[in-house]
Amino acid sequence: MRIRTAGVIAVFTLALAASGCGGGSDEPATDESPKAAGGKLVIWADDKRTAALKPFAETFGRENGVTVEVQAVSKDLQTNFVTASQQGSGPDVVVGAHDWIGNMVQNGAIDPVQLAADQKSAFNQTAIKAVTFNGQLYGVPYAMENLALIRNTALAPEAPKTVEELVATGKRLKAEKKASEILCLQSGQNGDAYHIYPLYTSAGGYLFGTTANGDYDPKDLGVGKPESIEAFKKIGALGEKGEGVLKRSITPENSIATFTGKKCAFLVSGPWAVADVKKAGISYDITPVPGFAGGKEAQPFVGVQAFYVASKGKNKALAQEFVANHVTKPDLAVALYQAEPRPPALTAALDQVKGSDPDLAKFTEAGRNGQVLPAIPAMAAIWDPFGKAEAAVIGGADPARTITSAGQTIAGQIK
Amino acid sequence: MSTPSSGPGSTRAPGREPVGSRPAKSRTAGEHTPITLTGLGAKVILLGLVAGIAIWAAFPLVEAEQWVGLALLVATTAGLFYLYLTRRHVPAKYLVPGTLFLIAFQIVPVLYTASTAFTNFGDGHRGDKQGTIVAIQTASVEQVPGSTEYALSVATEGDPATGPLVFLVTDPADGAVSIGDATGLRRLDADEVTVAPGGKVTAADGYTVLNFGQASARSQEITDLVVPTAGGALRSSGLSRAYEGKAVRAYDAACDCVRDSETGRTWTADESTGSFVADDGERLAQGWKVGVGLRNFTRVLTDPNISGPFLGTLVWNFAFAVGSTGGTFMLGTFVALALHSPRMRGTNLYRVLLILPYAMPSFAMLLVWRDMFNTDFGLINNLFGLGVNWFGEQWSARAAVLLVQLWLGYPYMFLVATGALQAIPRELTEATSVDGASPWQSFRAVTLPLLLVALSPLLISSFAYNFNNFNAIYLTTEGGPFPADNPSNGATDLLITYTYRLAFGGQGAEFGFAAAISLFIFAIVAVVSAVSFRRTRKQEEVYA
Repeated sequence: MRIRTAGVIAVFTLALAASGCGGGSDEPATDESPKAAGGKLVIWADDKRTAALKPFAETFGRENGVTVEVQAVSKDLQTNFVTASQQGSGPDVVVGAHDWIGNMVQNGAIDPVQLAADQKSAFNQTAIKAVTFNGQLYGVPYAMENLALIRNTALAPEAPKTVEELVATGKRLKAEKKASEILCLQSGQNGDAYHIYPLYTSAGGYLFGTTANGDYDPKDLGVGKPESIEAFKKIGALGEKGEGVLKRSITPENSIATFTGKKCAFLVSGPWAVADVKKAGISYDITPVPGFAGGKEAQPFVGVQAFYVASKGKNKALAQEFVANHVTKPDLAVALYQAEPRPPALTAALDQVKGSDPDLAKFTEAGRNGQVLPAIPAMAAIWDPFGKAEAAVIGGADPARTITSAGQTIAGQIK
Repeated sequence: MSTPSSGPGSTRAPGREPVGSRPAKSRTAGEHTPITLTGLGAKVILLGLVAGIAIWAAFPLVEAEQWVGLALLVATTAGLFYLYLTRRHVPAKYLVPGTLFLIAFQIVPVLYTASTAFTNFGDGHRGDKQGTIVAIQTASVEQVPGSTEYALSVATEGDPATGPLVFLVTDPADGAVSIGDATGLRRLDADEVTVAPGGKVTAADGYTVLNFGQASARSQEITDLVVPTAGGALRSSGLSRAYEGKAVRAYDAACDCVRDSETGRTWTADESTGSFVADDGERLAQGWKVGVGLRNFTRVLTDPNISGPFLGTLVWNFAFAVGSTGGTFMLGTFVALALHSPRMRGTNLYRVLLILPYAMPSFAMLLVWRDMFNTDFGLINNLFGLGVNWFGEQWSARAAVLLVQLWLGYPYMFLVATGALQAIPRELTEATSVDGASPWQSFRAVTLPLLLVALSPLLISSFAYNFNNFNAIYLTTEGGPFPADNPSNGATDLLITYTYRLAFGGQGAEFGFAAAISLFIFAIVAVVSAVSFRRTRKQEEVYA
């Protein structure tokens, strides 16, 4: 009997110890800043940005006597944020792309941010437009990105002004065996709506019409309209059964590698490709994606990375303070630029870094005519069918039939 | 491979159980078992862990006021303690841990999925109605046009941690300071306050100005504090600025609707869809979760986009599962037989080489294979000088995914077949050769049936696994190639990849709908497995 009593006592001691350990891990940062009496700000970002944010967050915490924790969520940040937010275990601030806004708003996961007029005017106006949804500003942008034409200047010294010029140069290089592909524009077996979009707009297509106040209108779907069929006829002419410029074998995985391997002279990609191109030691230049001769201007999508205030965060006032009054300062934008070289959305920050990095101004120039990537939830229904239609047309399918049925599929999914 | 192999297949044929007065025996045995120190130590540590986990889990439950969950937790823990601290109920001691894990990891998820299938849970319908109303109202707060932006300090008359909060706001135009609380805004004399250059009040007579640390500890109260003004209300934007804003949309309980004060439009709550809908059918983006009855199930059966390609997909799905399982089984068994031959030299080296594909992560291997099938840059076309667009044509894509499955899966079958072959006595095959049977005849008549007795449960579980092998398709072809006129159903789509696209590919995730489809798939796999296990049992009775 005595041995059993001892056992029971031991069990409870261990139990208390175990639960004590569990409780302790919830408050790891308290001893970092002793002044942190109550305030704690939790920020979720992806891996790269977490590293850049940490020093800034620590400074903000130290100066204001609060604890700031930056947590890296490496996969499916938006989904994880929306789910965690619903369960009340989400962060106070989240960092992500502006086209998440529609979905985060319909799930009641983020709150509008109020910026003063002079704060707003410090940003690139396209960036401000991108984070504005239903007339409200939902995030504070820090970086922008868009596609451009990256050219191997050793192979093609002159920037092509039209798609036709580009094709002619590419074909000549291919005939001279200096390159094996005319253009590296990623498609893959299932297409890539983002990368084909500049050509689609140049050929006259559109995705959504706009309402009176300039927002995208999900009721006016451009896919399946006569303009889109005409546009895809032009894209099809460049496809595998036509000029052989656009190919399904050029995928997101091999597109940049094919360019850096000097197998093609032209690459349609964004700021994220520049690091690889530099590493490969290629002499390059960045120009806007050219349009079709006699067509409209090629308009790439402009995407914006932004900070958002979580609706169900535990420390909303501090989150608002951080996002509205501290993210709007240039030093953070510069630090994030150094983590990943995308053009800062703050004009002052761009001016600060563009002297040492001429690529930034070129990407900004390439995105000058860009269209803000629609943030409305209906956009989620576009990507997949539109990309597949593109792949089918590149493979030689009939544009009219393909695009009409893609339009029907998309319309069926828009609620 | 997952659990089905431990299912009904492992039930033994009658007559194999050791018979006798086992219960009585085990009881007497139990009473005489001495308490060893190791046994006691293990028991103490494990029960300590149980109690630790229970205490750790109790706090969030108390915090969330989940009393049912708490009661369940207490009852389970108490039950476990009773069971392992008493000397009775010996069989239960062995059964309970497995049963608990079965409930936690199998039954509860299935029940949860089933309950989700009857709701509209998904993007835009995640929370409850109250949360939706709050979200709509918060999202509609607009800055009053032309209103002033104030510099803000948060202050209190009493204790910084508990005293009632007030806003000290400075008008940037004239530097005048006002004090605001829930009753309204009033001016303060300039000599009562100290104002920093940026406009923020740093001290005020009779008030304690909170610093960021103190203020952020009372974040919720600050966000909730609204100072009524003539044009709307003064709200905080962070901790250093305030603006005059107005909630344009408000919920009206009388009509159960949301009303826009600027346009006069109303959106009435529709409890059957969990949305606020206007008369013209316009729906507010934010909605809430409601039960929808059988709507998700009827949608699967009646939507022509789903039921149309369903049969074709189902047939290919069976072909894929049978092909993957059968192909790997045949190749694996063939290789195992070859290496089982006593005349074979260097079998260990071959075995190591053969297991290599199994040792590599299938995730990465699938992606590598996808790139090898690339038309222009892929290894396969370059090696053989082909120009086949593998993933671009219906039949070549199907052949390609089956080939990948074969490469990924045969080492597993080789391993289990080797084990099973070693368990078959050599005398049996020797006896057949003495009787004059050819090696093929002896394989057909003796080895294969005995092999199948051992491997059938594994083949069935492999079938069930491959039936839902999402990664094998999604990481290679993504379901493609797709017919030009139907981007939602491709030639290599399995039911699981097809439904994933239906439920998550459109405008936001639809968990309720996805759950309904997965119940259909569950039913199909369950029926197939049940039928096969029944047949296996008959076979075992013949050969055992």
